[in-house]
Amino acid sequence: MTDQGSQTNATAPQRFRLPLSWLGVAPFFIFALMFLILPTFRLIVGAFENPEGHFTLENIQALAQPSIVSAYVISLKVSIASALLGAFAGFALATAIVRGGLPEWVRASTLTFSGVSSNFAGVPLAFAFLATLGRLGLVTVLLNNWVGFNIYAVGFNLLSFWGLTITYLYFQIPLMVLIITPALDGLKREWGEAAATLGASNWQYWRMVLIPVLWPSFLGTVILLFANAFGAIATAYALTGSSLNIVPILLYAQIRGDVLHNPNLGYALAMGMIFITGASNLAYLWFRTRSERWLK
Amino acid sequence: MRGKAWAWITFALGCTYFFVPLIGTIEFSMRMKRGEYSFEAYRVVFGDERFQATFGYSILIAALTIAVGILIVVPTAYWIRLRLPNLRPVVEFITLLPLIIPAIVIVFGYLRMYNSSSWIPFTATRRGTDILLMFGYVTLALPYMYRAVDTGLRTIDVQTLTEAAQILGAKWPTIIARVILPNVLIAVLSGAFLTFAIVIGEFTMASLLDRPAFGPYLQNIGANRAYEPAALAIIAFFITWGCMAVIQVLSRYAPKSASRPN
Repeated sequence: MTDQGSQTNATAPQRFRLPLSWLGVAPFFIFALMFLILPTFRLIVGAFENPEGHFTLENIQALAQPSIVSAYVISLKVSIASALLGAFAGFALATAIVRGGLPEWVRASTLTFSGVSSNFAGVPLAFAFLATLGRLGLVTVLLNNWVGFNIYAVGFNLLSFWGLTITYLYFQIPLMVLIITPALDGLKREWGEAAATLGASNWQYWRMVLIPVLWPSFLGTVILLFANAFGAIATAYALTGSSLNIVPILLYAQIRGDVLHNPNLGYALAMGMIFITGASNLAYLWFRTRSERWLK
Repeated sequence: MRGKAWAWITFALGCTYFFVPLIGTIEFSMRMKRGEYSFEAYRVVFGDERFQATFGYSILIAALTIAVGILIVVPTAYWIRLRLPNLRPVVEFITLLPLIIPAIVIVFGYLRMYNSSSWIPFTATRRGTDILLMFGYVTLALPYMYRAVDTGLRTIDVQTLTEAAQILGAKWPTIIARVILPNVLIAVLSGAFLTFAIVIGEFTMASLLDRPAFGPYLQNIGANRAYEPAALAIIAFFITWGCMAVIQVLSRYAPKSASRPN
């Protein structure tokens, strides 16, 4: 990824200009400070302040109240479930198109479609699933009319944990396909031949070569998918209104109408979200550096 | 031929999961007239004044987002490659932050920092809020825009081009606008279309800043209508698909670097 070695040397004769050269990146840093770093920083500071502006840990402690904890639990459950299911399904799909000996058009069209559907999120995605698996959706109606199976009678509800997870998979699986396909492409044919020469079975080859090589990028992507689902709100909000109590929806309601009756608790809620996505992304970076060792 | 059957089965399962919702949505969107399939829902949607107004507003904001994004990202990425390679990890980290900090948190921060009693009261006026929303979208698009431009810059010899332009007497704005930008134009356009796809239906920021954008309109229709949302979902799908198709066509014309032969 970094191939600027030749350019580092070339800057040496220009040293005397150093103070001026900072001006070139000043707009970027001013922009980043104003619209990204300082607003976030304000919230984090606010999380440790009481309404009078003094330092306190009360807001953080107040996160332990049952309604907030349950919001975090549901959010974590949906994010983890959609990340894991999306990762395994996406991995299977990517393995099929890379190693399954399918025609070239299958691979090309799968990757193109993945590019589209990984960006097809937000409100319209919720509409699509309501039209499909909602009470009057095509699949619901057809299952009921053709085989007399009413999915709502057996406890399925689109406006629930599983409904949201199935919907999120629509952008999680393609994202996994897009990220893991290059990793699968990076597996060298020689490794398979070497393993076969040494008498390894197909299963042994997977267990002792491929899985150890692939697991850092696999786990890394799982974490990326997790953060992707954790911060998402539009789909969930359009799908369930405010009936499903997940953190982003709770925060949305808090911003609109101070439902927690404490503005600073809202900051703490936001900080909790940054903490979780931040920690998961640090883990992702760690896994990525490990995976790059083999997949060059 | 090894493993072909399972690969086909996996592919078929994937197709089922991804196509059934699309078919279901198309079917649902055409059910508006009782007893027959029609494009009534689409007619109603396209005829809706609020559709036209919010869609126009979002296109305008998206265009401004792309313009400002290019103005911020291209010179920065260029300058980092040319003069300040040591800052590269810092800038890359900052450009990835919008993937870590959820959009709802960023806009929450804006509401705290730029309210009408603050030092820069963006949200005090409508025009100010529009500008704030636009900067919010630039932030959301930053990871994609920066990556696209940086990838484009990797394929050209920034150093030589700059020196050649300087020898010919070009000033910095000329170098960036007439030497660097045309060389990375395809990368910039890819970033622009991706930005458009992200911004056009964005809900969280527009809704919390209370701007009449397409995303909040979609949500509002979803909460109040039956068949129009399905039609809107299909329209949104085709917009996304169109953006991605343009990006793919563009990538065919992109210059290939020696280090990444694909």
